Amino acid sequence: MCLGIPGQVVEIVDAEQSLAKVDVNGVRRNISVRLLADDNLQVGDWVLVHVGFAMAKIDEHEAAVTLDQVQKMGENYQQEIDAFIDSEIA
Amino acid sequence: MKFVDEFRDPAAARALVKSITDLAGSDEFKFMEVCGGHTHTIYRHGIEHLLPEAVELVHGPGCPVCVIPMGRVDDAMWLAEQPGVIFTTFGDMMRVPGSKGNLIEAKARGADVRFVYSPLDALKVALDNPDRHVVFFAVGFETTAPSTAVTLVRARALGVENFSVFCNHVTIVPPIKAILESPDLRLSGFLGPGHVSTVVGLRPYRFVPEVYGKPMVVAGFEPLDILASVHMLLQQIRDGRCEVENQYTRVVRPEGNTQALKLMAETFELRPHFEWRGLGFISQSALKVHPDYAEFDAERKFDMPGVRVADPKACQCGEVLKGVIKPWECKVFGTACTPETPIGTCMVSPEGACAAYYNFGRLHRETAQLLGQRG
Repeated sequence: MCLGIPGQVVEIVDAEQSLAKVDVNGVRRNISVRLLADDNLQVGDWVLVHVGFAMAKIDEHEAAVTLDQVQKMGENYQQEIDAFIDSEIA
Repeated sequence: MKFVDEFRDPAAARALVKSITDLAGSDEFKFMEVCGGHTHTIYRHGIEHLLPEAVELVHGPGCPVCVIPMGRVDDAMWLAEQPGVIFTTFGDMMRVPGSKGNLIEAKARGADVRFVYSPLDALKVALDNPDRHVVFFAVGFETTAPSTAVTLVRARALGVENFSVFCNHVTIVPPIKAILESPDLRLSGFLGPGHVSTVVGLRPYRFVPEVYGKPMVVAGFEPLDILASVHMLLQQIRDGRCEVENQYTRVVRPEGNTQALKLMAETFELRPHFEWRGLGFISQSALKVHPDYAEFDAERKFDMPGVRVADPKACQCGEVLKGVIKPWECKVFGTACTPETPIGTCMVSPEGACAAYYNFGRLHRETAQLLGQRG
């Protein structure tokens, strides 16, 4: 439930609406970066993604560690990724 | 993957375990990990087996799926079955049993129940179905509440009129306080939740050392994070210190996420009290939609039954959630209650102590041996 998956910002889609495109393990989807409005987010930054929202800016080091950790969760990770793939945030 | 290895290094684990064993000496310690994500890591990696016997980890109430009382699930099912409603929920909640079955069964009976990844996906469903009313089943601690907050703000900005939130967000501090007040349990300290703390920061936990004299260390989710945090707790105790420390500094800032806190304050208000499964009513422990956002509040829009339903008698989730008993000590664990046919909520979510133990408990020894544990 409180799973956070690291993603890398690949595009600022709509700065006004705080939408950015992130790459999570090869899958690209739009997420809201509204909660990081103070963080001056740039393309290339890594964030922790939770239910379609970037909740914290993280460094690449933390991203690698966390990605490995959540991938080891096996089925739960797959469910999270599947849900992420189905996400249709406008 | 060199970074990963740093957090998995068996030599580092061994060194930490040795240091923990030395610090603990012949005294006994009982630390509670508040967060379900930690419970998952602990069972997944057999950390209980790595620690000396004198250091016990007990599992706390920090699994948002686990603490939803049956009456709220019944209300959710009632909402899902109203004509014209599309009921949206996180997948985790689909199998949580109410008194008349779960949301999967409601869907099978014809209710339009859809699982979504994000509350923003639920809002999209509303935009795509202007002739239907879309309800989002909002659950979760402060990790998840900000996402609902942003969604409410966005719903207003877009002028959406067919969307509401059935708000069941809960807050982390009141249950910690309830556990500290509980006579059942004598704790030596807490492992604080990682992702909740990215939002709330460290300040809300100050009462733990200041009022109750217990140390608290906010911990990350890697096995070495857990061991390092246990070490920090013991070090505090041996130094005669008692404070809130942050082990998860690479993600958690002391002040938390101020944007998230501001948005939550705008869109939610505290409920006078809220029922927690197994823990009973806890005052000011949950959020409801703020009156300024009343048009998006499912509880104001619908005349829900709101009936309180007692937990099933056989189920001991309450004791598990308070750390009074271990999952396998429950009378129905692994027999009547399994992840396929859960009686209690702790068996539903992968972060629930019972499901985590059921799925990984048997792997303990193997993993522990790989990491080169004691005897």
